[in-house]
Amino acid sequence: MSGVLVVVEQREGRIARISWEAVAAGQKLGATLTLPVSAAVVGAQTESFAAEIAARPLDKVFRVEHPLLARYTPDGFSLALHQLIQAESPACIVFPHTYQVRDYAPALAARLGQVLIGDVTAIGDGPVFTRQLLQGRLNGAYRPTGSGPCLISVQAGAFRAEAPEAGASAAPATVTTFVPTLESAQIRTTPGEPFRGGSQTVDLSSAQMIVCVGRGIKDAENLPLVQDLATALGAELAASRPICDNGWLPMERQVGSSGQTVSPKLYLGVGISGAIQHLVGMKGSQCVVAINKDPDAPIFEVADYGIVGDLFEVVPALTEAIKAARQ
Amino acid sequence: MKIIVAIKQVPERDAQVRIDAAGKWIDESNLQYALNESDAYALEEALQLKEKSAAAGGEVVVVSVGPERVGQTIREALAKGADRAIHIVCDDLGLRDALGVARLLAAAVKPENPDLILTGLQSEDLGLGQTGVIVAELLGLPHATLILNVEKTETGLKVKRELEEGWFQTIELPTPAVLTIQSGGNKLRYATLMGIKRAKMKEVRQLTAASLGVDAPPVVVLEHVALPQKQKSTQILPGTAKEAAAALVEKLKFEVRVL
Ligand SMILES: Cc1cc2nc3c(=O)[nH]c(=O)nc-3n(C[C@H](O)[C@H](O)[C@H](O)COP(=O)(O)OP(=O)(O)OC[C@H]3O[C@@H](n4cnc5c(N)ncnc54)[C@H](O)[C@@H]3O)c2cc1C
Ligand SMILES: Nc1ncnc2c1ncn2[C@@H]1O[C@H](COP(=O)(O)O)[C@@H](O)[C@H]1O
Repeated sequence: MSGVLVVVEQREGRIARISWEAVAAGQKLGATLTLPVSAAVVGAQTESFAAEIAARPLDKVFRVEHPLLARYTPDGFSLALHQLIQAESPACIVFPHTYQVRDYAPALAARLGQVLIGDVTAIGDGPVFTRQLLQGRLNGAYRPTGSGPCLISVQAGAFRAEAPEAGASAAPATVTTFVPTLESAQIRTTPGEPFRGGSQTVDLSSAQMIVCVGRGIKDAENLPLVQDLATALGAELAASRPICDNGWLPMERQVGSSGQTVSPKLYLGVGISGAIQHLVGMKGSQCVVAINKDPDAPIFEVADYGIVGDLFEVVPALTEAIKAARQ
Repeated sequence: MKIIVAIKQVPERDAQVRIDAAGKWIDESNLQYALNESDAYALEEALQLKEKSAAAGGEVVVVSVGPERVGQTIREALAKGADRAIHIVCDDLGLRDALGVARLLAAAVKPENPDLILTGLQSEDLGLGQTGVIVAELLGLPHATLILNVEKTETGLKVKRELEEGWFQTIELPTPAVLTIQSGGNKLRYATLMGIKRAKMKEVRQLTAASLGVDAPPVVVLEHVALPQKQKSTQILPGTAKEAAAALVEKLKFEVRVL
């Protein structure tokens, strides 16, 4: 084939947006390299997914299907995709950067003697792939130099997933089923059913205003400072991961990829740097305000208003000003 | 249980980021370094596992790849309770890709025949989130990622894996195995004075890429680095804390209309 292969992820009966973004990235890469673009979907029952994918402007769609692929396991998925890659020898393989992909794609790449270029945000001529370094404070340009296929995964939101062109002239992609050779003994891990953690008593997703506190607060005993601000505003208090990791606030108040997704009218981030895993949970907010002492903090890239300064001075002043305005 | 923990030294979080003259990495002069956050949780998990099975005996060995300065971080891990360390001295870490670093780790770990290998799930500087998974592949071991909790069972391990958006799952796997540890599963300990004293006496074995016989060119190179371009024009509210706060209240009142 020697084209671009996009691995589309199906989970809980559907294909998430990030997979369509990976398809868009694959098409961008295909255009850069003038190579045809195909897609693969892995599972035990992939017919309807394959049909959905085949409506996109793609060359081929592979249904990588086996009963042992009903539940995701890193062994099953990497063995199956390795066989497909051996058979089709794509020049580039594109994945969505999901928890599942980061669980098996690095091993798959290593099996091919390659290194996955993970969490890519842009594709340039060459091709050169951009990814973030130092938690978003720097961008790095990576170039594959090996002779084998290049493997990349794309960051959520970095490529625009286009809706399938209605009435596009191209015929739907041809769908073929690829049955890998798998034995149950090759699958060494036994996954359990997903479950929710703890009780969910706060629903941040419907909050109109959120004050979100990050590691800049330094210590649990400084939390009343932001709690006062939240109370003055009438906002819910939320936090970045390290605050919940430390047990300073319960995990149900965590915003981000492993916490809650919020879209309030006002998100006010205090002492939060703006790592991608945090941003994905709050970038749907209508207005973002950030208070941070570092003018280069990535949070300022998504903020509408910013105050560069010491939160220990700014927050009390802001609480006072809000109280005064409310009177 | 014999547990290996891969620990990486990374620039301290609040460090000023300045791009170096060659535009290839950040200027490392005057940088402060610290133990990578998820590696601290990996070390904690290892120490607790060892303590839980104290009667059965056990050992926690930390391994790190990096230049001389990494010795400082290794000593801190020993002070927290690791039994000994392997330091793969390497001055050209920046020229090695994830496979290259994983090859070094795998080569150093293999003769140890551990029951369990823990890594952090992601380094704070490169953020690859891959090294542990590649080590598993190179050693032919099963693995699980994003792990918050590890329990020993009759046949192997039962681990709690984090999924997206507040979901989890339990995974069972045989040992030996590789786990990449997510932050937050345990409360981190501090080194005690006694621990710091003892650490000075603990073994730190130094190895090199040459002594490990690892020598393969990278298949991916970091060509250059740059500051991100701002995509959105943030309105920075200037002045003293009081002035900026007053300006923000005006915005919240008349533009965002939430007050
Ligand atoms: C798989 C995975 C999942 C993750 N899931 C999540 C998630 O769901 N949610 C989440 O938030 N994170 C998540 N993370 C972690 C994420 O990568 C970041 O580490 C985290 O968001 C950083 O939190 P922070 O901004 O509070 O801390 P830091 O990055 O340490 O930032 C602290 C900020 O405070 C500023 N500051 C310090 N002192 C002051 C002061 N006196 N005044 C003003 N500003 C100050 C600093 O300039 C800095 O910008 C996840 C990571 C991984 C790998
Ligand atoms: N140079 C290194 N020395 C020791 N361990 C490392 C090194 N690089 C990465 N690791 C381990 O691999 C994990 C993931 O790193 P990364 O793949 O760079 O995100 C880290 O948290 C460490 O546990």
